[in-house]
Amino acid sequence: MNVGRNPSIGVLRLQAEKDSLKQPVCQADLQIKNADGLHMRPAMQFVDVANRFDCDITVSNEQNRITVDGKSIMEMSMLAATCGTTLKVTATGPDAAEAIEALRELVEERMFNEPPPKKKK
Amino acid sequence: MKFADFVCPDAIIPELQSTDRDAVIEELVAAIARAGAIPKTRQKLLAAAVIERENEASTGMGKGIAVPHAKHKAVKKMVAAIGLSSKGIDFSSLDKQPVYSVVLLLSPADAADRHLQAMEKIFRHLNQEKFRKFLRQCQTAEEVRELLKEADEDPSLMQ
Repeated sequence: MNVGRNPSIGVLRLQAEKDSLKQPVCQADLQIKNADGLHMRPAMQFVDVANRFDCDITVSNEQNRITVDGKSIMEMSMLAATCGTTLKVTATGPDAAEAIEALRELVEERMFNEPPPKKKK
Repeated sequence: MKFADFVCPDAIIPELQSTDRDAVIEELVAAIARAGAIPKTRQKLLAAAVIERENEASTGMGKGIAVPHAKHKAVKKMVAAIGLSSKGIDFSSLDKQPVYSVVLLLSPADAADRHLQAMEKIFRHLNQEKFRKFLRQCQTAEEVRELLKEADEDPSLMQ
């Protein structure tokens, strides 16, 4: 996996590795790009991916000032992340960088296997 | 968003007659139709849409709650029904436990953002143990309506 593709992730990873006493922390802003936003099925996909990793994962939606556990479907359902919303995802733990990369791929590249908004006529 | 913005006050069933998942969904959609919030002619179609969605992945989120839902063009305005079951319903929940409180949500096909806001409101409260307990203890539709009103007036009350 090439985490260097996203510059902000690479920098944070280096910062984390410098201080080996602390748990690595990795953070990324992920934008919701599918038309229907983070409804229940995408939220479940997110939680499934998040649970593959040992690190703690929190997700914030600054629009409604809420931070939730990225591994809990009940909590993820509170984000109300519509299409266009940017979520701040923070992973803390040994596999933080890998987790962030996997979540970025799900949210921004695969867009939860859902279509983007239709272009305005 | 408030519960009052989408919960149909006349589609609250304090003791569901049905005990299996699909019949509970039909009972709640029928209550919404009876209240006049969806056309009676579309009742079967909409119940089938919710069941189809439920078959794809259970909305039984654990902790005794389920939030079956569908987005459909036959729905003009977002509307929810609430049903309680003292016996418990098998919803194939994530935690394999029975469901005692069901919030069924019908949304128009083109209202993704409002659908997400309603879900946020529902889960903000269902995440609170106290709220779940109060909801389960309600004996009448009026008690459910009072609880929702309190949650709307002071969302921090239940936390």
